[in-house]
Amino acid sequence: MVKAVDKTKVPWWVSNAVVPLVNLTLAFIVSGLFIFISGENPYQALKLILYGSFGYLEGIGYTLYYATNFIFTGLAFAIAFHCRLFNIGGEGQAYIGGLGVFLFAFYFSALPVSIVWLLAILASMLFGAAWAIIPGYLQAYRGSHVVITTIMFNFIASALMVFLLVDVIRDRRQMGPTTEALVKEQWLPMFKNIAAYFGYKVGYSPLNISFLLAVLASFGVWFLIWRTKWGYEMRAVGHNTQAAIYAGISPKKNIILAMVISGALAGMLGVNEILGVHHKILVNFPAGYGFTGIAVALMGRNHPIGIFLASLLFGMLYQGGSEVTFDMPNITRYMFVAVQGVIILFSGALENLFRPQIEYFFVNTMKQKAVT
Amino acid sequence: MISQPILELQNVNKSFGHVQANKDISLKVNRGDIHGIIGENGAGKSTLMSIVYGFYQADSGNIKINDKIIEIKSPHESILSGIGMVHQHFMLVENFTVVENIILGFEGEFVFGEKLNQAKESLMKLCEDYNLKIDLNATISDLSVGFRQRVEILKALYRGAEILILDEPTGVLTPQEVDELFKILRSLKEQEKTIILITHKLNEIMILTDKVTVMRQGEIVGEKNTKDTTKDQLAEMMVGRSVLLRIDKRKPNIGDTVFEVKNIDVKDNLDVMRVKNVSFDLREGEILGIAGVTGNGQTELLEALTGIRQVDSGEIKLYGNIISSKNIFFDPRQLREQDVAHVPEDRQRMGLVTEFNASENLIFGYHHQQPFSKSSVMMGKNIYNHSKKIMRDYDVRPQSPFLVTSNFSGGNQQKIILSRELHKDPKVLLVGQPTRGVDIGAIEFIHQRIIDMRDKGVAVLLVSVELDEILSLADRIVVMFDGKLVGEKVNENVTDREIGLLMAGITN
Amino acid sequence: MEISADIISLVSATLRISTPLVFAAMAGLFAERSGVIDFGLEGKMLAAAFVAASGAHIFGSEWYGLGLAIVCCVALSMLHGFASVTHKGDQVVSCVAINILMIGLTTALAAAWFGQQGLTPTLTDDRRFFEITLPFADAVSGVPLLGPIYSEIISGHYIFVYIAYIFVPCVYWVVFKTRFGLRLRAVGENPSAVDTAGISVELMRYKALAVNGVLVAFAGAYLSTAINANFFREMSAGRGYLALAALIFGKWHPKTALIACLLFGFADALQIRLQGVPIPGIGLIPVQFIQAIPYVLTVVLLAGFVGKAIAPGAIGQPYIKER
Repeated sequence: MVKAVDKTKVPWWVSNAVVPLVNLTLAFIVSGLFIFISGENPYQALKLILYGSFGYLEGIGYTLYYATNFIFTGLAFAIAFHCRLFNIGGEGQAYIGGLGVFLFAFYFSALPVSIVWLLAILASMLFGAAWAIIPGYLQAYRGSHVVITTIMFNFIASALMVFLLVDVIRDRRQMGPTTEALVKEQWLPMFKNIAAYFGYKVGYSPLNISFLLAVLASFGVWFLIWRTKWGYEMRAVGHNTQAAIYAGISPKKNIILAMVISGALAGMLGVNEILGVHHKILVNFPAGYGFTGIAVALMGRNHPIGIFLASLLFGMLYQGGSEVTFDMPNITRYMFVAVQGVIILFSGALENLFRPQIEYFFVNTMKQKAVT
Repeated sequence: MISQPILELQNVNKSFGHVQANKDISLKVNRGDIHGIIGENGAGKSTLMSIVYGFYQADSGNIKINDKIIEIKSPHESILSGIGMVHQHFMLVENFTVVENIILGFEGEFVFGEKLNQAKESLMKLCEDYNLKIDLNATISDLSVGFRQRVEILKALYRGAEILILDEPTGVLTPQEVDELFKILRSLKEQEKTIILITHKLNEIMILTDKVTVMRQGEIVGEKNTKDTTKDQLAEMMVGRSVLLRIDKRKPNIGDTVFEVKNIDVKDNLDVMRVKNVSFDLREGEILGIAGVTGNGQTELLEALTGIRQVDSGEIKLYGNIISSKNIFFDPRQLREQDVAHVPEDRQRMGLVTEFNASENLIFGYHHQQPFSKSSVMMGKNIYNHSKKIMRDYDVRPQSPFLVTSNFSGGNQQKIILSRELHKDPKVLLVGQPTRGVDIGAIEFIHQRIIDMRDKGVAVLLVSVELDEILSLADRIVVMFDGKLVGEKVNENVTDREIGLLMAGITN
Repeated sequence: MEISADIISLVSATLRISTPLVFAAMAGLFAERSGVIDFGLEGKMLAAAFVAASGAHIFGSEWYGLGLAIVCCVALSMLHGFASVTHKGDQVVSCVAINILMIGLTTALAAAWFGQQGLTPTLTDDRRFFEITLPFADAVSGVPLLGPIYSEIISGHYIFVYIAYIFVPCVYWVVFKTRFGLRLRAVGENPSAVDTAGISVELMRYKALAVNGVLVAFAGAYLSTAINANFFREMSAGRGYLALAALIFGKWHPKTALIACLLFGFADALQIRLQGVPIPGIGLIPVQFIQAIPYVLTVVLLAGFVGKAIAPGAIGQPYIKER
């Protein structure tokens, strides 16, 4: 057994960079094993992923487009987690958030486009927050565990949306359960078009200016958590509820606040998907991004910078992964859901697997350097 | 007659991380003795005995029982070697019965039946032999602390203990329960059992033990036959210098009434009435000491006064205005804004967020006020400057505002809380167990600060289970027993015996 | 007296639908009573369903499938233990990891191995479980009242159904009348008490998790080799979470947890019956609303009644010796 080290002597980059990277490497090794037992070559798959995600401009566009979604859902999970709440309901909150985007854009189409965008963004947050506030309230006032209630709310959101898409807001001219498309003027500017404006010719990718919104949201979350009273209070509640009460901080209010902000961030996924890419609501458009947000946040250590980097990585996995599924018949996109699970396992639950050894190694080598 | 050592430790070392808790300890305990181990908080007494019991493993060194080296990897081996231990925090499953707790790990059969009945019979016999009156079918949560301790002793005896280790057994008992315990221990000694008593109380050593070992900072600094030593000598060995036993303080300069508490009832989280019809006044310039054994409602009373818990009936007035009643309730933030400072009883559970860094904890509860935050934005620079200054003033070590609080020692954590609560010159100071788990140097510092506040005209309420602390600081003393206040004494010529009787609920 | 066919089929369906919930809730009971949170029932159930169906297909017997499912679920429980007991990782995170991992891996491997878009091949009749008609079921069906109850409610279920309801009293007996049960409850309430009694806390929790794995495997195998004849994507459909909710609602006690499972099963059975049937006074309720009934019921029950459920004292906390 390795002796525990003096935590104050461990350099910050060991716990914030070296340990996560080791964990990630382990996760990739295990994932490679899965690809191997599926009858494909993991090394080839890795090459395909790298090429697919960064090998050409459109691929990069797709990578960043996926990353946009992961930033939103990753931030959503992280902010709730700072208050020690497991918001597993990002999926449902994003779904309902998308509904808000569509309804506002669709029914306020008479207003100027920029105002519609603003309203739609607010609507995404409002609708997502509304879907999160009920589990938040029940956790705060009734002690109903938020993990179970948010999961249930995912199922309920799914049922509700199918109902709406089939019976209420369906485009009757279409066979499938989907809405009418928004008018073209309301579509968010695509990366392709922006590039063309500056004279570069780029092929289609779904990347749009929502990406900037995601970057902005990252900064906002960082500021909220570490530079405002609200963030301070939420973290206090998350770490030690009793101490929070002692300091005059209401755990109930902060639990609800954290869930509301979390839901709002998850809801913003709807901006990218509805206003940016599909321009209408498709059945189950969140497609698992909400769950991926959990892996993203845990890998990013619940810090916006970490989440940004983890989102890029997952964007690569998604985009490169689709390249893999195209070329390797035995691999489906579900393989990459499994990879997420492995990453959550190694960078979340097993994050301390080799931490003592790694810290011991670094603290000792530094000590020896200092001696010599 | 020269008695044989039943237990011998040879060069035992143990460290936790970078802290060495036991340094090269060698010790002999004779059969049939009551052997005291005395030392300050953190001197390494409990760690040492936990090693003997197998709860921790020594890094190096030998443990010999009856002159044979035994390897103790877990409590399992030590129990089989005839060692029993009554821990400071009882190791009992609250919702189990006495019997279930005692047989745990020694059930003897997979499906309960025959052996369970045999166990009950032999337990009843044990109870008779040692005069322990315990209802074997009672649920632990229904038993008083004194009875729970007896269950622990019975548990050790049932498991065949020849050596019984007791870790600070009197901390949670009334003086009368202490007498009962000592009777039991003496009758155990008569039956040839060996007893090791860990304590920081000199009286207990003098009354009960045959031999005493003194520990300081993880090392043994002395070993005496009890009859050949004195309290003063032991105290000096414990601390490493002569100790100031009584604090000099002026006569109180008493002013207006600040807190008026009238007939309050307070319930705990499980809806149990913990404070019953309590009334008292607290005035400027005095220290009111609330004595009592742990768990007699002091915690809930303090929480009611500080806005953490609403009273169930009655009312609390601050400067003449109601702050807590059935219908009115001021929370801790509102009270802080009215210059009420609170140093809570349990600093790790309540006073600090140990995951926060020192500067974040130094503003905890005041974080929403200027200059720490302006329109909800935290003012990093102001917080840092404030932390630097306050850590220098209170000599908090190390003076690093960004160090995570769990890395500070107990005494320094307590200084962080105290400095935070005193920095705004409060008018009322409510303090719970200010020196629990704090080393002597910091104790003197903390006591002096509390006296200073009182001399500045602050109304101070001191809740402590350490009778010595109450007697040396308080101007007025009330005792809490079973949720009620049972007597008020002005702290002149009061003896600990008098207070002790009150702590046991004896009021005539 | 005649019992209406509707009620008979509803009760029979309730028993059938509750079965996987009962297995999973009893599995969860062992884990949580030992102090280890188990949100991972969902993932383990999925894994068991996949392994049972593919095992039965490949090795030619439903029993092999069940055996492999047990091995697989115990392995996953051990993984959960490795992360949250040995390495003291966050128990909920570990469960979420197992759930997401299994959602992905089962479907991915089904696609890779069987090439059918995430399904396993439909089991032939010699490789799956069938309903059992109990002795004399036909003979007594004519007897008033008791006849239909015996022949149509009690008789005619898969063997899993009988096993599940036999397991419940067994679980009760093990938890409350045996040494293992005493230590299990103690380790979930106050692990220090167990440690100082010379029993390894970690080993006890691993044992509890092993039992947990065995029980939850039955739930999964039931889904893919009995009521269905193959595995399909996310076929557990939240049953793991419902079982956990039932366990909490049942205050971690086998008897009350069973009642909660039956309640959820009844809601689901009712839901199936109500689809497409107009309700007097309201009219036709959209099918999606009816499908959501079990989920809404879960939220309502958790919100309304479980506010003060007292969980095992040490649940969710890794055991770290105080210093």
